[in-house]
Amino acid sequence: MSDQDPSEVTVTVNGTEIEAQPGEMLIAAADRAGIHIPRFCYHERMSPVGMCRMCLVDVDTGRGPMLQPSCMVPVAEGMVVDTESDDTKRAQEGILEFLLVNHPLDCPVCDKGGECPLQDQTIAYGPGESRFVEEKRHYEKPIPISDLVHLDRERCILCDRCTRFADEIAGDPLIQFTERGNSTQVLTFPDEPFSSYFSGNTVQICPVGALTAAPYRFKARPWDLEETESTCTTCSMGCRISVQSSRNELVRYLGVDVESVNHGWLCDKGRFNFEAINSDERLTTPLVRDQDNQRQLLGTDWGSALAAAAAAISQAGPQGIGIIGGSRLTNEDAYAWSKIARSVIGTDNIDAQLGDGLPAELVLGLPQATIADACEADTALIIGPDLKEELAILHLRLRGAATKGRTKVVQIGPTATGSDSYTQRSIRCQAGEAAKALTELLSSDDQLAQQLRDGSVVTILGRTSMAESADPAMSVAAVIRAELPHATFLPALRRGNVRGALDMGLAPGFLPGRTRIDNPSQPLLQKWNEIPKEQGLGTTEMLQAAVAGKIETLVLLGADPLCDFPDRNLAAEAIQKVKTVIAIDNFVTASVAQADIVLPVTAYGEQSGTTTNIEGRVSRVTQKITPPGSTRDDWMIATELAWRLGGDLGLTSKEEIWREIEQVAPSHAGVTLERVTSDETHEGILVQQSSIDLTLPALQDTPIADGYGLRLISGRKLWDGATTTAHSPSLQHLAEPPTLKVHPNDLQRLGIPSGSEVRVISTRATENLTAVADSNVQRGTAVLPFNQPGGSANRFIDATAVINDIRIETL
Amino acid sequence: MRFFNDENSSLAQEIIGRYPKPRSAMIPLLHLAQEQEGWVTDEAMAEIAELVGTTSAEVLGTCSFYEMFKRHPVGKYVINICTTMSCALMGAGDLMKHAELRLGVKSGSTTVDGMFTLEGAECQAACTEAPCLQVNYRHQYRVTANQFDELVEELASSDHEVPEHGVLSQIRQHIPENRSVGAVPPEDVATAPVWLTENGGNQ
Repeated sequence: MSDQDPSEVTVTVNGTEIEAQPGEMLIAAADRAGIHIPRFCYHERMSPVGMCRMCLVDVDTGRGPMLQPSCMVPVAEGMVVDTESDDTKRAQEGILEFLLVNHPLDCPVCDKGGECPLQDQTIAYGPGESRFVEEKRHYEKPIPISDLVHLDRERCILCDRCTRFADEIAGDPLIQFTERGNSTQVLTFPDEPFSSYFSGNTVQICPVGALTAAPYRFKARPWDLEETESTCTTCSMGCRISVQSSRNELVRYLGVDVESVNHGWLCDKGRFNFEAINSDERLTTPLVRDQDNQRQLLGTDWGSALAAAAAAISQAGPQGIGIIGGSRLTNEDAYAWSKIARSVIGTDNIDAQLGDGLPAELVLGLPQATIADACEADTALIIGPDLKEELAILHLRLRGAATKGRTKVVQIGPTATGSDSYTQRSIRCQAGEAAKALTELLSSDDQLAQQLRDGSVVTILGRTSMAESADPAMSVAAVIRAELPHATFLPALRRGNVRGALDMGLAPGFLPGRTRIDNPSQPLLQKWNEIPKEQGLGTTEMLQAAVAGKIETLVLLGADPLCDFPDRNLAAEAIQKVKTVIAIDNFVTASVAQADIVLPVTAYGEQSGTTTNIEGRVSRVTQKITPPGSTRDDWMIATELAWRLGGDLGLTSKEEIWREIEQVAPSHAGVTLERVTSDETHEGILVQQSSIDLTLPALQDTPIADGYGLRLISGRKLWDGATTTAHSPSLQHLAEPPTLKVHPNDLQRLGIPSGSEVRVISTRATENLTAVADSNVQRGTAVLPFNQPGGSANRFIDATAVINDIRIETL
Repeated sequence: MRFFNDENSSLAQEIIGRYPKPRSAMIPLLHLAQEQEGWVTDEAMAEIAELVGTTSAEVLGTCSFYEMFKRHPVGKYVINICTTMSCALMGAGDLMKHAELRLGVKSGSTTVDGMFTLEGAECQAACTEAPCLQVNYRHQYRVTANQFDELVEELASSDHEVPEHGVLSQIRQHIPENRSVGAVPPEDVATAPVWLTENGGNQ
């Protein structure tokens, strides 16, 4: 035995020798060898518990065969296993007979029926008949344990999957086994619901129909479902999902286990916001504002709407047009819009980010890390938003890396975040001064400084607050590049396909393939007639130019600046001032309601193409249902507009667009359509090459707050006023009304009782809000969520300021 | 509103200090809560969760596992009549019937005056003394109907030594100052325990 290669052990299963890794559980080794052992409680992404006993198999370690749970027995050299022995079969029959003692067998009315592991394994391994004639256990039929999840305790087989997930993976142990013996049941604490951002995963991993998702209950039967594998674009994490529809309606998303990204998990926002796509409030026909008395948006045909749009664009001229948005688009759509802007309209005023992200050169120019790098590094350094709120699955991955792996997570930021529970250290800095805090840390003799210098570091870089400009993040990057040259970066950008949009050149000064406008590739020059010589404007500058009367026509490419741009007043003024606003969107958002021409587009699930996640991983987005009304893809609108503007994009299908991208974008060379769309690209294709050289500014001092004001800190919440959330009936009420959180001492100093209404004054607005004392907030700061329904921080923010201060007064 | 009164709040802090990890203090704190109120209220569980840094659901999970933590109000005196084999053979059924008549409540309920809760219980490990019962977990052996009546009368008067439900022990556990706070977490223990190293483990 000692001569054996210690990196492998050989186990005999059903007469076949299989190779296994030391320490691996027998069931996992059998899985890899293609030998299926039935199970309920075992889940490959969670630690084994041996609860259900379904995986009992005959294991012989030299003392004769013995029934042992294969999820709890580590492989050992020379182990002889029989998964089909008579004893094993009798054990399986016995276990199933026991599991069914109390199970109601209400399969005909159960959501799980047809895809139920208990049903399937009872048929495959069960005894066929039960000897129990006693009355079954009865509980109240489904009780809601959260707004999204219902629990039917009669069906539960107590496998500990959901409770284990809640505790071990999500870190929200809000559901627990309560009572004992025959009365054991999963429950929440009274009046404390299972309000985890990840609650939907428990429904997916439940091996019976005990947990059901409110948005899917009684919507379809598994045999009615059609499914296709796709990539979630709710945030820029790019989780792999299975999109399922029934009668041309999206009914369910399930997480698909992809090693590099989501490990099978989804956040509830990504899982349930398909409801918005089925919404009756979707835009299905083009709208043009009536020029006469009422000035209403009236339905029209595509021809008239496009003609009006083309007229407005050509009237404004290349310098008089601004294109904002594009993160909702697939890569192909983004490419088409990048091309029409530069080669047909002749403008470089195009920006996919709404002044709330990071400069494109930072995203494309910094040394890149993958999500897996971050979860394997010695230190993952978070200097950015609250990941639990903005990139929930990245939070889950980092949490896993910190709690189960060897990665130390360190966070520097101005507020308490969801990451605090698993960080090695959370360093609170003043708002906008993370770079200063990091410099101080690195120049101290703190052991953490040594850890950062000596070990591998992945920085998750973003804006720590929406009330600060991108400058503080630039300073952080500058400090890290100078002090920790070995560190790599993962941009904490939130919006859907923002990374793909930047890759496709939806940023001023950038062209497809991570190249600058002054350095176009040869194939690109051939395909694009013309490229503007001068770098154009970013979103903030475009809006300022619009206010100054220099921009006449604004194109909103799935963008809602009134809600998403940090400075609502600037956005409102700009939209008011410009002659024409062309909105290309799915819904009438606050900004679309102000538009003059509205072009309806297809939504997620109705379009195919590719998307790119924060690490630069290109993966497939697949069409599942037919789009409603006369909606069109974004790229079609671009080609139609180009034709009406006297140009020709030369693009006739998404496949053709991708082929052109592959030719003209140096970074994407070799990422062929065949590779992207083949079935083997389960993990997507990582595109990391970049030719952007980056010059970073010197560290700048943040303006000092005066003694009377409070420094405003604003971040997004998972449940906020986002368009898809607002149009999903199950989700829309989950967003909490905004409250201003202030340190108790600051409130006391001002003589304001917690929970009372206060007047909030900034350079931009004066409005009333509820102020709540929270000792997690640093003194001298005030925390207000960014986009909650009923009051958003963007009213108070001045986008041109590095940092924003507010004052609060009693009414 | 805090659940623990001032005295118990500081006691709770002391109890938490005895353990390397606050979560370990969960069960002792549940005892403390039961001692204060006679039963474990939801407010108590929520506060314990906060004190030991976990969720209320986890405290509920632990609390509900143990029969002797009561999550609903019980009488001052909880009477558990053993109903398992030996006692059943020796007339526990009749004793239970008598008790129900005497107290005027069914098994599992509490008298209106809040004095007595009557429960059937599994084996109390006193089979030689069957039928037996416990009053607030203090044994009474070979109980006859008459003795039961006497017991109830005695409990109703103040002339007895049975403490109210929730009080586990008359003598509080005391851990010397130098050993309570700052105990070494198990994962940091580098050397083998004394009983293994001394005398070569022969004892």
